[in-house]
Amino acid sequence: MNEQLDYMTGRVTAGKMTRREFMGKAAALGVSAAMASTLFADAARAAGPAKGGHLKMGSVGGESTNSLDPALAASQVPYHVLYNFGENLVQINADGSLNMRVAESIESSADAKTWMFKIRGGVEFHNGKTVTAEDVLKTMERHSNEDSKSGALGIMRGIESMKAEGDVFSVTLNAPNADLPYLMADYHLMIQPGGGMDDPATKVGCGPYMVEVDEPGVRHGFKKFANYWDDSRGHVDSTEILVLNDATARMAALQSGQVHVVNRVEPKVAALLDRAPNVNVHNVGGPGHYVFIMHVDTAPFDNNELRLALKYAIDREEMVEKVLRGYGSVGNDMPINGSYPLFDDAIPQRMFDVDKAAEHYKNSGHDGSPIVLRVADGAFPGAVDAAALFQQSAKKAGIPLEIKREPNDGYWSEVWNKQPFCASYWGGRPVQDQMYSTAYLSTADWNDTRFKREDFDKLLLEARAELDTDKRKALYSKMGYMLRDEGGLICPMFNDWVEATSTDVMGWEPTPSGDTMAGRWSSALWFG
Amino acid sequence: MHPILKLVAQRLALSFLLLLAASALIFAGTIILPGDVAQSILGQSATPEALANLREELGLNEPALSRYFSWLGNALQGDLGTALTNGRDIAESVGYRLKNTLFLAFWAAVVSVPLAIGLGLLAVRFRNRWPDKLISGVTLASISIPEFLIGYLLMYFVSVKLGWFPSVAMINDTMTLGQKLQAIALPVTVLTLVVLAHMMRMTRAAILNVMQSAYIETAELKGLSGLQVIYRHAFPNAIAPIVNVVMLNLAYLVVGVVVIEVVFVYPGMGQYLVDHVSKRDVPVVQACGLIFAAVYIGLNMVADIVSILANPRLRHPK
Amino acid sequence: MKNIPISAMIGLFFTGLYFAAAILAPLIAPYGMAEVVGDVWEPASSEHLLGTDNIGRDLLSRMIYGGRTTIFIATVATALSFITGSVFGLLAAVLGGWADQAMSRFVDLIMSIPSLIFALVVLSVMPVTIPVLILVMGLLDSTRVYRLARAVAVDINVMDYVEAAKLRGEGRGWVIFREILPNALSPLVAEMGLRFIFMVLFVSTLSFLGLGVQPPAADWGGIVKENKEGIVYGIGAALWPAVAIATLAISVNLVADWILNRTTSLKGGRG
Repeated sequence: MNEQLDYMTGRVTAGKMTRREFMGKAAALGVSAAMASTLFADAARAAGPAKGGHLKMGSVGGESTNSLDPALAASQVPYHVLYNFGENLVQINADGSLNMRVAESIESSADAKTWMFKIRGGVEFHNGKTVTAEDVLKTMERHSNEDSKSGALGIMRGIESMKAEGDVFSVTLNAPNADLPYLMADYHLMIQPGGGMDDPATKVGCGPYMVEVDEPGVRHGFKKFANYWDDSRGHVDSTEILVLNDATARMAALQSGQVHVVNRVEPKVAALLDRAPNVNVHNVGGPGHYVFIMHVDTAPFDNNELRLALKYAIDREEMVEKVLRGYGSVGNDMPINGSYPLFDDAIPQRMFDVDKAAEHYKNSGHDGSPIVLRVADGAFPGAVDAAALFQQSAKKAGIPLEIKREPNDGYWSEVWNKQPFCASYWGGRPVQDQMYSTAYLSTADWNDTRFKREDFDKLLLEARAELDTDKRKALYSKMGYMLRDEGGLICPMFNDWVEATSTDVMGWEPTPSGDTMAGRWSSALWFG
Repeated sequence: MHPILKLVAQRLALSFLLLLAASALIFAGTIILPGDVAQSILGQSATPEALANLREELGLNEPALSRYFSWLGNALQGDLGTALTNGRDIAESVGYRLKNTLFLAFWAAVVSVPLAIGLGLLAVRFRNRWPDKLISGVTLASISIPEFLIGYLLMYFVSVKLGWFPSVAMINDTMTLGQKLQAIALPVTVLTLVVLAHMMRMTRAAILNVMQSAYIETAELKGLSGLQVIYRHAFPNAIAPIVNVVMLNLAYLVVGVVVIEVVFVYPGMGQYLVDHVSKRDVPVVQACGLIFAAVYIGLNMVADIVSILANPRLRHPK
Repeated sequence: MKNIPISAMIGLFFTGLYFAAAILAPLIAPYGMAEVVGDVWEPASSEHLLGTDNIGRDLLSRMIYGGRTTIFIATVATALSFITGSVFGLLAAVLGGWADQAMSRFVDLIMSIPSLIFALVVLSVMPVTIPVLILVMGLLDSTRVYRLARAVAVDINVMDYVEAAKLRGEGRGWVIFREILPNALSPLVAEMGLRFIFMVLFVSTLSFLGLGVQPPAADWGGIVKENKEGIVYGIGAALWPAVAIATLAISVNLVADWILNRTTSLKGGRG
């Protein structure tokens, strides 16, 4: 039997046998379907990517209001659309290292204040023009201009000046930043012809696929760009993104073969979906986390004893078990976990502790009136359930929580960052510096816990300029402790990325830095 | 002028005023709602500078009244403007969505209206016997189950398990009529189940109401069969409430199918409107609101006129 | 009592049962409404007769408490919508002329604005409490009842016996309540049963928008939504509340049908 199987896998590797034939013959040999499926996948992988086919993805997070302008992208569908037709200077690999895309190489001055990106030759836009350092400069100017409405404006703040000389694009910073190249991987910063100054929502990009159909809120179709510079990417002839916002509809579309890839598999059904014969469920831990945030400058949350009481009164294990169904890991009241470089895993994990919670609650001297926690279904998947669990566990410690459900509509503009205690989520950032400066620096726009501490800011700036990784790690560790013990963040869990593909799709690589292989499913997957 | 024509003319003029009032109300509503389009475009990642820049660019700093009147002025000239969120031409995108919505509503109506009235007549004919009870029970059950649940059940059994119809009812212009009909089979089924009971029960109740009249007795004594009596004598006299309920449900098929659109991923008006309401994209909400208002007002007018035509005493007022 | 047909008895029994369960909820529910007692989506067992829900609460207890919210809100809102709608509808039909035009066009205006926008606007300005919820739902829905009541009444208003009553010099009150209302009752009662169901579903739609009942409380429609993901994988937790809504709907309408029969025979017809 083994010889027979070896022969068959050889045929598959040589591209002479289809999946259907293989499965049929394997079944005749008495090999279980799951086993045969694995064998086939291995054999097909050994053969290398096959070319051709039409790859369809069902994605959450698309609206009829979406635009092709990279500056305005804020949800999943625009994100994936951008990775189909656009390209960054650099991207972040599955292992967290940098992947050179439009930039061929990067150099910095010794003090990490000036960074030079050498632009790769022969990269073409879809309109046939060559990508120049000037295009890159214009793109970055559009996003960093103070008049800009770009979602990337915040991360472009530290830039003092930029220039393009020959094929080199260089950036000079106000203060040293060892992580600058990572910032350039932000999905808003897709290189556009002339920086998109004339036509921000242009269909012309320099990514592996060209825009063919653009029906916002319905579907987006792409076809292979023949002159794409990198042969190792873009195996299928054409791709399509269907906007499937309803979770059940998305899963049904995958199971009935109408799409090949889906994102945002609800943890509740992931295990059930995995049992379906033609589906593979993938999950990978990432930097995204679900949180409850308190304003540390607003009563009663200005009292650290009360904050600690609430932090001890949340049952993290139960939440990971019930809200994430195990597709995630417990949080430690800081926005950083093991998916970040330079994470200090020696910081002790905070546990659910009724006695400690009750003790801190008593010390806080709170008058016993209900503490109002605001949530909405849209705050994060399962937010209302998580709040209900929090309410129950807090009750055990004698802490009265009152849940107030707010409409999804207007939650981000009226509740988040305005009300003193509410549910929220963070998608995470590629590096610690970026995460901390986005939400925990005193001057950060999205300082949604109102955590304003000079000593913390000083540590952050010190770490940013520190090129010695051990010293940097020690600084980050100190900051982590500070947030964990004194901050306004209650972080019960880090959510995994959970996605699913049909079994005829090959080339999946778990990527922690973003949704569905950080947007690279279209250029990395192939049909086997 | 014929009194009916005069009435229609009057109602048309009134409808126009109503549309104006509706557009003003909708505009006021979108202003009252917290948050604005700039905030929602930028979402969670909004920085104060980006917000201010976008507000300026979209002209949101002008007073609300002048924004309303400039919108109205353009709308009266047939220019619905462009969406604030993605800069697309509203007339074009709404037109595409409206076409799809009407397509779905049309086929759902073609199936459900005759079926509902037929079942209603049947229920009256076999009043209080098992067909009546069966029809009643099944339609009541179907109306009381939340529509998305019916959708999911159908999706699971018919499309995932049996693979007869697609679970994604996405249609586009390259499809033939047959392909489109296959794509919308499931949503049409759900919509039919949802609107069936209401129309069927009203048919039954309204006909039963007139079945007590003396002229029905006369007709029966004349020796007409049960169905003939119902069809020839009872039905025409029960038409007013039936038409009213049918129109209500037709309006629902056009205006209220958001949930079904989401579940079956159908590119219709409902989802389009919800997206733009939540983004506070006022011109689009205005355009959609105007279309929905026109549909409602139009259908109600038809219902009123049919009621009048059906009743000789109203047709020839003293 | 002995004149009540079996179907009406069944209807009365279930309606009574649900109302009783709603009133006695704290006494008969085996667990607390928000209490987490087990794992997620446990199957039915002797401890949890209907299993557990999406975060491990006892489904039966939740449904008993949920029924309370659902039935209370739906009943009061239906009554409100019905009384407002039919009184104004009949009045419009009898008054005719400008009064009729003004009321009818106003209703057209309200109906012509998508109820989603309406509910969103009103409920985002007002606090979402149960009385406000009932008021908004009842008044929004009364426009539908108004149209029907008016359509039926206009037809009846030109009947000979109404003319006769008017010529007799009867007042408007008499005409409305003694001549038109009894003859308009059948379609209206038939409508009332359905309006009740629509209210039950409307509450859950509002909960879905985040405007309805506050967690951890829930209504039946809300419980369906909480558990809907499991449905396509054979987890029946969402089906139970749906079955509850359906049986409540059918029994309420069986009762309505019975009343319908009684009223038609009251008219002195052939019974």
